[in-house]
Amino acid sequence: MSPPTGALGGANPVPGGPWRGISFEDRMATVEFRVGARAHIVVDSDVCRSCTTQVCVTACPANLFAPTSDGGILFNYEECFECGTCYMVCNHEGAIAWTYPDGGQGVVFHHG
Amino acid sequence: MTGPGGAPGSPVFDAVVVGAGPAGSAAALALARAGRSVVLVERGPFPGSKNVYGGVVYGRVLDEVVPEWWKQVPVERWVVRRSTMMMTGTQSVSVDYRSAAWGQAPYNGMTTLRSRFDSWMAAKAVEAGAVLVTSTVATHLLRDAGGRIAGVRTDREQGELWARVVVACDGVNSFLAKEAGLMPVAEASHHTLGVKEVLELPRHIIDERFGLRGDEGVDIEMLGCTRGIPGGGFLYTNADTVSLGVVLSLPHLAEAKVRPEELIADLRNHPSIAPYLRDATLREYSAHLIPEGGYDAMPVMVTDGMLVAGDAAGMTLAAGLWLEGVNFAIGSGLAAGRAIDRAIAAGDCSARGLASYRADLEGQFVLADHKRLRKAPGLVLSERIQQRYPGLVCDLVEGMFTVTNPTPKRGGLRVTRSAAAKHGVKLRQMAADATRAARIFG
Repeated sequence: MSPPTGALGGANPVPGGPWRGISFEDRMATVEFRVGARAHIVVDSDVCRSCTTQVCVTACPANLFAPTSDGGILFNYEECFECGTCYMVCNHEGAIAWTYPDGGQGVVFHHG
Repeated sequence: MTGPGGAPGSPVFDAVVVGAGPAGSAAALALARAGRSVVLVERGPFPGSKNVYGGVVYGRVLDEVVPEWWKQVPVERWVVRRSTMMMTGTQSVSVDYRSAAWGQAPYNGMTTLRSRFDSWMAAKAVEAGAVLVTSTVATHLLRDAGGRIAGVRTDREQGELWARVVVACDGVNSFLAKEAGLMPVAEASHHTLGVKEVLELPRHIIDERFGLRGDEGVDIEMLGCTRGIPGGGFLYTNADTVSLGVVLSLPHLAEAKVRPEELIADLRNHPSIAPYLRDATLREYSAHLIPEGGYDAMPVMVTDGMLVAGDAAGMTLAAGLWLEGVNFAIGSGLAAGRAIDRAIAAGDCSARGLASYRADLEGQFVLADHKRLRKAPGLVLSERIQQRYPGLVCDLVEGMFTVTNPTPKRGGLRVTRSAAAKHGVKLRQMAADATRAARIFG
Protein backbone atom coordinates (compact mmCIF):
# COMPACT_ATOMS: atom_id res chain seq x y z
CA MET A 1 0.00 0.00 0.00
CA SER A 2 1.23 3.49 -0.83
CA PRO A 3 2.45 5.87 1.87
CA PRO A 4 0.10 8.51 3.21
CA THR A 5 -0.77 11.15 0.63
CA GLY A 6 -3.07 14.14 0.58
CA ALA A 7 -5.00 15.36 3.58
CA LEU A 8 -6.14 11.88 4.54
CA GLY A 9 -2.62 11.02 5.47
CA GLY A 10 -1.85 14.63 6.21
CA ALA A 11 -0.69 16.73 9.10
CA ASN A 12 -1.47 14.41 11.99
CA PRO A 13 -1.52 10.84 10.74
CA VAL A 14 -2.93 8.50 13.33
CA PRO A 15 -1.14 5.30 14.28
CA GLY A 16 -2.29 2.19 12.49
CA GLY A 17 -0.36 2.34 9.26
CA PRO A 18 -0.65 4.21 6.01
CA TRP A 19 -3.94 5.68 4.88
CA ARG A 20 -5.75 4.95 8.14
CA GLY A 21 -7.00 8.48 7.95
CA ILE A 22 -6.48 11.77 9.67
CA SER A 23 -6.41 12.46 13.37
CA PHE A 24 -9.77 12.73 15.02
CA GLU A 25 -9.11 16.37 15.76
CA ASP A 26 -8.51 17.16 12.07
CA ARG A 27 -11.57 15.10 11.13
CA MET A 28 -13.81 17.14 13.41
CA ALA A 29 -12.23 20.38 12.17
CA THR A 30 -14.02 19.79 8.83
CA VAL A 31 -17.40 20.25 10.55
CA GLU A 32 -19.01 23.60 11.39
CA PHE A 33 -20.34 23.94 14.95
CA ARG A 34 -22.11 27.04 16.26
CA VAL A 35 -21.59 26.35 19.91
CA GLY A 36 -24.27 27.59 22.28
CA ALA A 37 -23.81 28.46 25.94
CA ARG A 38 -26.25 25.81 27.15
CA ALA A 39 -25.18 22.17 27.31
CA HIS A 40 -27.94 20.36 25.39
CA ILE A 41 -26.86 16.96 26.72
CA VAL A 42 -26.46 16.29 30.41
CA VAL A 43 -24.80 13.14 31.69
CA ASP A 44 -25.39 11.92 35.23
CA SER A 45 -21.97 10.55 36.08
CA ASP A 46 -23.32 8.89 39.24
CA VAL A 47 -25.42 6.61 37.06
CA CYS A 48 -22.46 6.02 34.71
CA ARG A 49 -20.31 4.79 37.58
CA SER A 50 -22.62 1.81 37.98
CA CYS A 51 -22.48 1.06 34.22
CA THR A 52 -20.16 -1.79 33.31
CA THR A 53 -20.35 -1.41 29.52
CA GLN A 54 -20.17 2.36 28.92
CA VAL A 55 -20.90 1.74 25.25
CA CYS A 56 -21.40 5.46 24.59
CA VAL A 57 -17.61 5.88 24.73
CA THR A 58 -16.98 4.00 21.48
CA ALA A 59 -20.33 4.37 19.72
CA CYS A 60 -20.54 8.19 19.71
CA PRO A 61 -19.38 9.22 16.22
CA ALA A 62 -18.11 12.54 17.58
CA ASN A 63 -16.16 10.83 20.35
CA LEU A 64 -17.65 13.09 23.03
CA PHE A 65 -17.73 10.63 25.95
CA ALA A 66 -14.60 9.96 27.96
CA PRO A 67 -14.33 7.62 30.93
CA THR A 68 -12.93 9.27 34.06
CA SER A 69 -10.52 7.71 36.53
CA ASP A 70 -13.27 7.35 39.15
CA GLY A 71 -15.43 5.27 36.78
CA GLY A 72 -17.70 8.10 35.67
CA ILE A 73 -18.16 9.69 32.26
CA LEU A 74 -16.97 13.10 31.16
CA PHE A 75 -18.98 14.63 28.36
CA ASN A 76 -18.38 17.52 25.96
CA TYR A 77 -21.44 18.87 24.19
CA GLU A 78 -19.70 21.38 21.95
CA GLU A 79 -18.92 19.25 18.88
CA CYS A 80 -22.04 17.10 18.86
CA PHE A 81 -23.67 15.81 15.65
CA GLU A 82 -27.04 15.72 17.46
CA CYS A 83 -27.56 12.20 16.12
CA GLY A 84 -29.04 10.51 19.21
CA THR A 85 -26.74 7.47 19.24
CA CYS A 86 -25.72 8.03 22.89
CA TYR A 87 -29.16 7.97 24.45
CA MET A 88 -30.33 5.11 22.25
CA VAL A 89 -27.42 2.79 23.10
CA CYS A 90 -27.38 3.83 26.77
CA ASN A 91 -28.81 0.99 28.82
CA HIS A 92 -29.00 2.93 32.08
CA GLU A 93 -32.20 4.83 32.68
CA GLY A 94 -31.63 8.50 33.35
CA ALA A 95 -27.92 8.62 32.59
CA ILE A 96 -28.25 10.82 29.50
CA ALA A 97 -30.70 13.73 29.26
CA TRP A 98 -30.86 14.73 25.62
CA THR A 99 -32.45 17.73 23.91
CA TYR A 100 -31.67 19.72 20.80
CA PRO A 101 -29.38 22.73 21.09
CA ASP A 102 -31.15 26.09 21.02
CA GLY A 103 -32.40 27.30 17.64
CA GLY A 104 -29.65 28.09 15.13
CA GLN A 105 -26.95 26.54 17.29
CA GLY A 106 -25.09 23.26 17.13
CA VAL A 107 -23.87 21.38 14.09
CA VAL A 108 -24.26 22.90 10.61
CA PHE A 109 -23.79 20.38 7.81
CA HIS A 110 -22.94 21.71 4.37
CA HIS A 111 -22.41 18.40 2.59
CA GLY A 112 -24.92 16.18 4.40
CA MET B 1 -41.88 35.73 14.77
CA THR B 2 -45.10 35.76 12.82
CA GLY B 3 -48.34 35.37 14.70
CA PRO B 4 -47.33 34.56 18.27
CA GLY B 5 -49.84 34.53 21.05
CA GLY B 6 -53.42 33.47 20.69
CA ALA B 7 -55.33 31.51 23.24
CA PRO B 8 -56.16 27.83 23.24
CA GLY B 9 -59.14 27.31 21.00
CA SER B 10 -58.34 30.24 18.72
CA PRO B 11 -55.90 28.92 16.14
CA VAL B 12 -53.68 31.40 14.36
CA PHE B 13 -52.42 29.10 11.64
CA ASP B 14 -54.18 26.31 9.85
CA ALA B 15 -51.04 24.24 10.37
CA VAL B 16 -47.63 24.42 11.96
CA VAL B 17 -45.08 22.10 10.37
CA VAL B 18 -42.06 21.23 12.48
CA GLY B 19 -38.90 20.52 10.51
CA ALA B 20 -38.01 21.93 7.08
CA GLY B 21 -36.64 18.68 5.71
CA PRO B 22 -38.20 17.12 2.61
CA ALA B 23 -41.27 15.87 4.53
CA GLY B 24 -41.94 19.19 6.24
CA SER B 25 -41.41 21.32 3.16
CA ALA B 26 -43.63 19.01 1.10
CA ALA B 27 -46.38 19.25 3.73
CA ALA B 28 -46.06 23.03 3.92
CA LEU B 29 -46.09 23.27 0.12
CA ALA B 30 -49.25 21.19 -0.23
CA LEU B 31 -51.00 23.24 2.47
CA ALA B 32 -49.94 26.61 1.10
CA ARG B 33 -51.01 25.65 -2.41
CA ALA B 34 -54.41 24.69 -1.01
CA GLY B 35 -54.68 28.22 0.39
CA ARG B 36 -54.09 27.22 4.01
CA SER B 37 -51.99 29.36 6.33
CA VAL B 38 -48.90 27.44 7.37
CA VAL B 39 -45.76 28.15 9.33
CA LEU B 40 -42.71 25.92 8.78
CA VAL B 41 -40.36 25.79 11.78
CA GLU B 42 -36.72 24.73 11.34
CA ARG B 43 -34.25 24.40 14.20
CA GLY B 44 -31.16 24.80 12.01
CA PRO B 45 -29.95 28.11 10.56
CA PHE B 46 -31.12 26.94 7.10
CA PRO B 47 -33.07 23.93 5.80
CA GLY B 48 -30.86 20.86 5.48
CA SER B 49 -28.25 22.08 7.95
CA LYS B 50 -29.04 19.23 10.37
CA ASN B 51 -29.54 16.59 7.74
CA VAL B 52 -27.35 13.85 6.32
CA TYR B 53 -28.32 11.12 3.89
CA GLY B 54 -26.90 8.09 2.16
CA GLY B 55 -26.82 9.66 -1.18
CA VAL B 56 -29.54 9.19 -3.80
CA VAL B 57 -32.83 11.05 -4.26
CA TYR B 58 -35.32 9.27 -6.51
CA GLY B 59 -37.07 12.24 -8.03
CA ARG B 60 -40.30 11.08 -9.64
CA VAL B 61 -42.24 12.04 -6.52
CA LEU B 62 -41.24 15.64 -7.36
CA ASP B 63 -43.57 15.58 -10.39
CA GLU B 64 -46.21 16.76 -7.95
CA VAL B 65 -43.96 19.53 -6.62
CA VAL B 66 -42.95 21.19 -9.86
CA PRO B 67 -43.27 20.10 -13.51
CA GLU B 68 -39.91 19.30 -15.12
CA TRP B 69 -38.25 19.60 -11.72
CA TRP B 70 -35.02 18.19 -13.18
CA LYS B 71 -34.40 21.49 -14.93
CA GLN B 72 -34.07 23.35 -11.64
CA VAL B 73 -33.35 20.89 -8.84
CA PRO B 74 -29.86 21.35 -7.30
CA VAL B 75 -28.46 18.06 -8.65
CA GLU B 76 -24.86 16.97 -8.23
CA ARG B 77 -24.96 14.03 -10.66
CA TRP B 78 -27.60 11.79 -12.24
CA VAL B 79 -27.00 8.17 -11.25
CA VAL B 80 -26.54 6.12 -14.43
CA ARG B 81 -24.52 3.32 -12.85
CA ARG B 82 -25.51 1.29 -9.83
CA SER B 83 -23.29 -1.32 -8.32
CA THR B 84 -23.87 -3.80 -5.50
CA MET B 85 -20.60 -5.03 -4.08
CA MET B 86 -20.16 -8.01 -1.78
CA MET B 87 -16.80 -7.96 -0.11
CA THR B 88 -14.34 -9.34 2.38
CA GLY B 89 -11.23 -7.53 3.56
CA THR B 90 -9.37 -8.45 0.36
CA GLN B 91 -11.99 -9.53 -2.20
CA SER B 92 -15.10 -8.14 -3.87
CA VAL B 93 -17.79 -9.30 -6.26
CA SER B 94 -19.89 -6.63 -7.95
CA VAL B 95 -23.17 -6.68 -9.77
CA ASP B 96 -22.91 -3.59 -11.90
CA TYR B 97 -25.78 -2.07 -13.84
CA ARG B 98 -25.54 0.89 -16.17
CA SER B 99 -28.32 2.51 -18.13
CA ALA B 100 -28.34 5.30 -20.69
CA ALA B 101 -32.03 5.84 -19.90
CA TRP B 102 -31.17 6.84 -16.34
CA GLY B 103 -29.12 9.72 -17.76
CA GLN B 104 -32.11 11.29 -19.51
CA ALA B 105 -35.21 13.08 -18.26
CA PRO B 106 -37.13 12.22 -16.15
CA TYR B 107 -34.09 10.36 -14.80
CA ASN B 108 -34.10 7.76 -12.04
CA GLY B 109 -31.88 8.86 -9.17
CA MET B 110 -29.71 11.87 -8.43
CA THR B 111 -27.01 12.72 -5.98
CA THR B 112 -27.40 16.05 -4.24
CA LEU B 113 -26.34 17.74 -1.02
CA ARG B 114 -28.99 18.18 1.62
CA SER B 115 -28.07 21.79 2.39
CA ARG B 116 -28.97 22.62 -1.21
CA PHE B 117 -31.78 20.18 -1.85
CA ASP B 118 -33.66 20.83 1.40
CA SER B 119 -33.26 24.60 0.94
CA TRP B 120 -34.67 24.26 -2.59
CA MET B 121 -37.67 22.30 -1.31
CA ALA B 122 -38.30 24.84 1.46
CA ALA B 123 -38.08 27.69 -1.07
CA LYS B 124 -40.86 26.00 -3.06
CA ALA B 125 -43.05 26.01 0.06
CA VAL B 126 -42.24 29.67 0.71
CA GLU B 127 -43.02 30.60 -2.92
CA ALA B 128 -46.42 28.96 -2.43
CA GLY B 129 -47.08 31.09 0.66
CA ALA B 130 -45.70 29.17 3.64
CA VAL B 131 -43.89 31.15 6.34
CA LEU B 132 -40.44 29.69 7.05
CA VAL B 133 -38.97 30.36 10.50
CA THR B 134 -35.40 29.09 10.89
CA SER B 135 -33.13 28.85 13.95
CA THR B 136 -36.15 27.91 16.05
CA VAL B 137 -36.71 24.73 18.05
CA ALA B 138 -40.22 23.43 18.67
CA THR B 139 -39.65 22.36 22.25
CA HIS B 140 -43.11 21.12 23.29
CA LEU B 141 -46.64 20.59 22.12
CA LEU B 142 -49.32 23.08 23.11
CA ARG B 143 -52.69 21.72 24.17
CA ASP B 144 -56.05 23.41 24.41
CA ALA B 145 -58.33 23.37 27.49
CA GLY B 146 -59.60 19.95 26.43
CA GLY B 147 -56.08 18.52 26.22
CA ARG B 148 -56.10 18.34 22.43
CA ILE B 149 -52.87 19.23 20.57
CA ALA B 150 -53.20 22.84 19.41
CA GLY B 151 -49.75 24.01 18.38
CA VAL B 152 -46.14 24.05 19.51
CA ARG B 153 -44.08 26.00 21.97
CA THR B 154 -40.77 27.22 20.52
CA ASP B 155 -37.59 28.47 22.12
CA ARG B 156 -38.30 32.00 20.88
CA GLU B 157 -39.58 34.65 23.25
CA GLN B 158 -43.39 34.52 23.24
CA GLY B 159 -42.85 31.69 20.83
CA GLU B 160 -46.16 29.85 21.07
CA LEU B 161 -47.47 28.86 17.65
CA TRP B 162 -51.14 27.91 17.77
CA ALA B 163 -52.54 25.90 14.91
CA ARG B 164 -55.42 23.63 13.98
CA VAL B 165 -52.98 20.87 13.13
CA VAL B 166 -49.33 20.15 13.95
CA VAL B 167 -47.29 18.18 11.42
CA ALA B 168 -44.33 16.51 13.14
CA CYS B 169 -41.57 16.23 10.54
CA ASP B 170 -38.93 16.58 13.21
CA GLY B 171 -36.78 13.70 12.12
CA VAL B 172 -35.57 10.37 13.40
CA ASN B 173 -35.46 11.44 17.06
CA SER B 174 -38.96 13.02 16.87
CA PHE B 175 -39.49 14.43 20.32
CA LEU B 176 -42.96 15.60 19.29
CA ALA B 177 -44.14 12.10 18.33
CA LYS B 178 -42.79 10.83 21.66
CA GLU B 179 -44.44 13.65 23.61
CA ALA B 180 -47.74 12.95 21.88
CA GLY B 181 -47.44 9.30 22.90
CA LEU B 182 -47.39 8.11 19.30
CA MET B 183 -44.02 6.43 19.44
CA PRO B 184 -43.01 3.93 22.04
CA VAL B 185 -39.54 4.43 23.52
CA ALA B 186 -36.90 4.68 20.81
CA GLU B 187 -35.60 1.17 20.17
CA ALA B 188 -31.90 1.03 19.34
CA SER B 189 -32.54 -2.18 17.39
CA HIS B 190 -34.71 -0.29 14.90
CA HIS B 191 -32.01 2.24 14.17
CA THR B 192 -28.71 2.36 12.35
CA LEU B 193 -25.99 4.95 12.58
CA GLY B 194 -24.78 6.37 9.29
CA VAL B 195 -21.34 7.98 9.24
CA LYS B 196 -20.10 9.68 6.12
CA GLU B 197 -17.00 11.29 4.71
CA VAL B 198 -17.35 13.73 1.85
CA LEU B 199 -14.07 13.51 -0.02
CA GLU B 200 -12.87 16.12 -2.45
CA LEU B 201 -11.47 15.19 -5.87
CA PRO B 202 -11.25 17.19 -9.09
CA ARG B 203 -14.28 16.63 -11.26
CA HIS B 204 -12.32 15.21 -14.19
CA ILE B 205 -10.60 12.72 -11.88
CA ILE B 206 -13.98 11.50 -10.65
CA ASP B 207 -15.12 11.17 -14.28
CA GLU B 208 -12.04 9.17 -15.23
CA ARG B 209 -11.93 6.87 -12.22
CA PHE B 210 -15.60 5.96 -12.30
CA GLY B 211 -16.06 5.98 -16.07
CA LEU B 212 -18.44 8.93 -16.14
CA ARG B 213 -19.13 11.81 -18.50
CA GLY B 214 -20.82 15.16 -17.99
CA ASP B 215 -23.26 14.98 -15.11
CA GLU B 216 -23.37 11.18 -14.94
CA GLY B 217 -22.93 9.63 -11.50
CA VAL B 218 -22.47 6.26 -9.80
CA ASP B 219 -23.95 4.65 -6.70
CA ILE B 220 -22.10 1.73 -5.09
CA GLU B 221 -23.75 -0.18 -2.23
CA MET B 222 -21.55 -2.54 -0.23
CA LEU B 223 -22.11 -5.56 1.94
CA GLY B 224 -19.52 -7.33 4.08
CA CYS B 225 -17.36 -4.31 4.85
CA THR B 226 -18.41 -3.66 8.44
CA ARG B 227 -16.45 -6.27 10.44
CA GLY B 228 -19.57 -8.35 10.94
CA ILE B 229 -21.60 -5.48 12.40
CA PRO B 230 -24.95 -5.64 10.58
CA GLY B 231 -25.08 -2.81 8.06
CA GLY B 232 -23.24 -1.90 4.90
CA GLY B 233 -21.23 0.67 3.04
CA PHE B 234 -21.95 3.20 0.33
CA LEU B 235 -20.12 5.36 -2.17
CA TYR B 236 -21.78 8.06 -4.27
CA THR B 237 -20.26 10.50 -6.70
CA ASN B 238 -21.18 14.16 -6.36
CA ALA B 239 -19.97 16.84 -8.80
CA ASP B 240 -16.51 17.35 -7.28
CA THR B 241 -16.75 15.22 -4.16
CA VAL B 242 -17.37 11.58 -3.35
CA SER B 243 -19.56 10.52 -0.41
CA LEU B 244 -18.20 7.45 1.35
CA GLY B 245 -19.78 5.94 4.42
CA VAL B 246 -21.05 3.05 6.45
CA VAL B 247 -24.39 2.29 8.04
CA LEU B 248 -24.23 0.31 11.29
CA SER B 249 -26.83 -1.43 13.44
CA LEU B 250 -26.82 0.54 16.69
CA PRO B 251 -26.93 -2.28 19.27
CA HIS B 252 -24.30 -4.26 17.38
CA LEU B 253 -22.04 -1.24 17.00
CA ALA B 254 -22.31 -0.63 20.73
CA GLU B 255 -21.58 -4.26 21.51
CA ALA B 256 -18.60 -4.46 19.15
CA LYS B 257 -16.96 -1.45 20.79
CA VAL B 258 -15.53 -0.34 17.47
CA ARG B 259 -15.36 3.34 16.65
CA PRO B 260 -17.49 4.21 13.60
CA GLU B 261 -14.81 6.19 11.78
CA GLU B 262 -12.54 3.12 11.96
CA LEU B 263 -15.00 1.32 9.72
CA ILE B 264 -14.96 4.11 7.14
CA ALA B 265 -11.17 3.93 7.23
CA ASP B 266 -11.43 0.17 6.50
CA LEU B 267 -13.53 0.97 3.49
CA ARG B 268 -11.32 3.78 2.28
CA ASN B 269 -8.35 1.41 2.47
CA HIS B 270 -10.06 -1.55 0.83
CA PRO B 271 -8.24 -2.70 -2.32
CA SER B 272 -11.48 -2.36 -4.33
CA ILE B 273 -12.19 1.18 -3.07
CA ALA B 274 -8.83 2.82 -2.29
CA PRO B 275 -7.81 3.37 -5.96
CA TYR B 276 -10.98 5.41 -6.55
CA LEU B 277 -10.14 7.76 -3.69
CA ARG B 278 -6.37 8.14 -3.87
CA ASP B 279 -5.23 11.66 -2.89
CA ALA B 280 -8.75 12.73 -1.95
CA THR B 281 -9.05 15.27 0.86
CA LEU B 282 -11.71 15.24 3.55
CA ARG B 283 -14.22 18.06 3.03
CA GLU B 284 -16.71 17.13 5.74
CA TYR B 285 -17.35 14.32 8.21
CA SER B 286 -20.91 13.72 9.36
CA ALA B 287 -23.17 11.32 11.21
CA HIS B 288 -26.91 10.76 11.52
CA LEU B 289 -29.31 8.11 12.74
CA ILE B 290 -31.53 6.22 10.31
CA PRO B 291 -34.89 4.63 11.24
CA GLU B 292 -34.62 1.18 9.69
CA GLY B 293 -37.36 -0.75 11.46
CA GLY B 294 -39.69 -0.54 8.47
CA TYR B 295 -43.44 -1.01 8.41
CA ASP B 296 -43.75 -2.92 11.67
CA ALA B 297 -41.77 -0.38 13.71
CA MET B 298 -43.58 2.76 12.59
CA PRO B 299 -45.31 4.98 15.16
CA VAL B 300 -49.00 5.80 15.17
CA MET B 301 -49.14 8.54 12.52
CA VAL B 302 -52.39 10.31 13.30
CA THR B 303 -53.85 11.70 16.50
CA ASP B 304 -56.21 14.55 17.35
CA GLY B 305 -54.63 17.69 15.88
CA MET B 306 -51.37 16.08 14.74
CA LEU B 307 -49.81 14.03 11.94
CA VAL B 308 -46.33 12.50 11.72
CA ALA B 309 -44.35 12.28 8.46
CA GLY B 310 -40.88 11.47 7.11
CA ASP B 311 -38.18 10.01 9.35
CA ALA B 312 -40.28 10.99 12.38
CA ALA B 313 -42.68 8.32 11.13
CA GLY B 314 -39.83 5.86 10.45
CA MET B 315 -40.27 6.03 6.70
CA THR B 316 -36.76 5.33 5.46
CA LEU B 317 -36.90 2.21 3.30
CA ALA B 318 -33.83 0.12 4.10
CA ALA B 319 -34.72 -3.06 2.30
CA GLY B 320 -31.41 -4.33 1.01
CA LEU B 321 -31.72 -3.84 -2.71
CA TRP B 322 -33.77 -0.70 -2.16
CA LEU B 323 -32.38 2.11 -0.03
CA GLU B 324 -34.64 5.13 -0.23
CA GLY B 325 -35.83 7.80 2.14
CA VAL B 326 -36.06 11.33 0.76
CA ASN B 327 -38.74 10.26 -1.74
CA PHE B 328 -40.72 8.62 1.07
CA ALA B 329 -40.41 11.78 3.15
CA ILE B 330 -41.71 13.92 0.28
CA GLY B 331 -44.52 11.48 -0.49
CA SER B 332 -45.66 11.41 3.13
CA GLY B 333 -45.38 15.19 3.52
CA LEU B 334 -47.52 15.83 0.45
CA ALA B 335 -50.10 13.33 1.71
CA ALA B 336 -50.12 15.00 5.15
CA GLY B 337 -50.77 18.38 3.55
CA ARG B 338 -53.64 17.01 1.48
CA ALA B 339 -55.20 15.25 4.47
CA ILE B 340 -55.09 18.41 6.59
CA ASP B 341 -56.65 20.45 3.81
CA ARG B 342 -59.51 17.95 3.62
CA ALA B 343 -59.90 17.86 7.41
CA ILE B 344 -60.09 21.65 7.68
CA ALA B 345 -62.61 21.78 4.83
CA ALA B 346 -64.72 19.23 6.68
CA GLY B 347 -64.30 21.11 9.96
CA ASP B 348 -62.86 18.04 11.75
CA CYS B 349 -59.18 17.99 12.71
CA SER B 350 -59.55 15.11 15.13
CA ALA B 351 -57.84 11.79 14.47
CA ARG B 352 -60.96 10.70 12.65
CA GLY B 353 -60.98 13.82 10.47
CA LEU B 354 -57.28 13.32 9.63
CA ALA B 355 -57.55 9.58 9.03
CA SER B 356 -57.44 9.94 5.25
CA TYR B 357 -53.65 10.51 5.65
CA ARG B 358 -52.97 6.88 6.49
CA ALA B 359 -55.33 5.62 3.81
CA ASP B 360 -53.64 7.84 1.23
CA LEU B 361 -50.20 6.50 2.19
CA GLU B 362 -51.41 2.88 2.06
CA GLY B 363 -52.78 3.49 -1.43
CA GLN B 364 -49.53 4.82 -2.86
CA PHE B 365 -45.88 3.81 -2.80
CA VAL B 366 -45.11 5.22 0.64
CA LEU B 367 -46.78 2.53 2.73
CA ALA B 368 -47.43 0.05 -0.09
CA ASP B 369 -43.67 -0.43 -0.60
CA HIS B 370 -43.05 -0.56 3.13
CA LYS B 371 -45.80 -3.12 3.65
CA ARG B 372 -44.59 -5.30 0.80
CA LEU B 373 -41.03 -5.19 2.13
CA ARG B 374 -41.90 -5.31 5.84
CA LYS B 375 -39.82 -8.44 6.46
CA ALA B 376 -36.82 -7.16 4.48
CA PRO B 377 -34.98 -5.34 7.29
CA GLY B 378 -34.93 -8.56 9.33
CA LEU B 379 -33.53 -10.59 6.44
CA VAL B 380 -31.02 -7.99 5.30
CA LEU B 381 -29.58 -7.57 8.78
CA SER B 382 -29.59 -11.32 9.53
CA GLU B 383 -26.41 -13.16 10.47
CA ARG B 384 -25.89 -15.21 7.29
CA ILE B 385 -26.58 -12.29 4.94
CA GLN B 386 -24.27 -10.02 6.88
CA GLN B 387 -21.45 -12.26 8.02
CA ARG B 388 -21.35 -15.33 5.81
CA TYR B 389 -22.70 -14.74 2.31
CA PRO B 390 -20.37 -11.91 1.25
CA GLY B 391 -17.31 -14.07 1.92
CA LEU B 392 -19.02 -17.16 0.54
CA VAL B 393 -19.85 -15.42 -2.73
CA CYS B 394 -16.32 -14.00 -3.02
CA ASP B 395 -14.77 -17.44 -2.47
CA LEU B 396 -17.22 -19.04 -4.87
CA VAL B 397 -16.27 -16.63 -7.65
CA GLU B 398 -12.59 -16.96 -6.78
CA GLY B 399 -12.97 -20.75 -6.94
CA MET B 400 -14.63 -20.53 -10.35
CA PHE B 401 -12.10 -18.19 -11.94
CA THR B 402 -8.79 -19.11 -10.32
CA VAL B 403 -7.00 -21.26 -12.87
CA THR B 404 -5.26 -24.09 -11.05
CA ASN B 405 -3.33 -25.78 -13.89
CA PRO B 406 -2.30 -28.53 -14.02
CA THR B 407 -5.12 -29.48 -11.63
CA PRO B 408 -8.33 -29.75 -13.68
CA LYS B 409 -11.23 -27.41 -13.02
CA ARG B 410 -13.77 -28.34 -10.39
CA GLY B 411 -17.46 -28.25 -11.23
CA GLY B 412 -19.69 -25.40 -10.06
CA LEU B 413 -21.48 -27.49 -7.46
CA ARG B 414 -18.22 -28.63 -5.90
CA VAL B 415 -16.91 -25.06 -5.78
CA THR B 416 -20.18 -23.93 -4.19
CA ARG B 417 -20.10 -26.78 -1.64
CA SER B 418 -16.57 -25.99 -0.66
CA ALA B 419 -17.22 -22.21 -0.36
CA ALA B 420 -20.34 -22.92 1.71
CA ALA B 421 -18.48 -25.33 3.97
CA LYS B 422 -15.66 -22.85 4.50
CA HIS B 423 -18.17 -20.25 5.70
CA GLY B 424 -20.21 -22.65 7.81
CA VAL B 425 -23.32 -22.52 5.64
CA LYS B 426 -25.29 -25.61 4.67
CA LEU B 427 -26.77 -25.88 1.18
CA ARG B 428 -30.23 -26.34 2.67
CA GLN B 429 -29.78 -23.09 4.60
CA MET B 430 -28.91 -21.35 1.34
CA ALA B 431 -32.04 -22.80 -0.23
CA ALA B 432 -34.11 -21.69 2.77
CA ASP B 433 -32.69 -18.15 2.59
CA ALA B 434 -33.34 -18.03 -1.16
CA THR B 435 -36.95 -19.05 -0.54
CA ARG B 436 -37.27 -16.44 2.22
CA ALA B 437 -35.79 -13.76 -0.04
CA ALA B 438 -38.12 -14.76 -2.87
CA ARG B 439 -41.07 -14.48 -0.50
CA ILE B 440 -40.02 -11.03 0.73
CA PHE B 441 -38.86 -9.47 -2.50
CA GLY B 442 -40.91 -11.47 -5.01
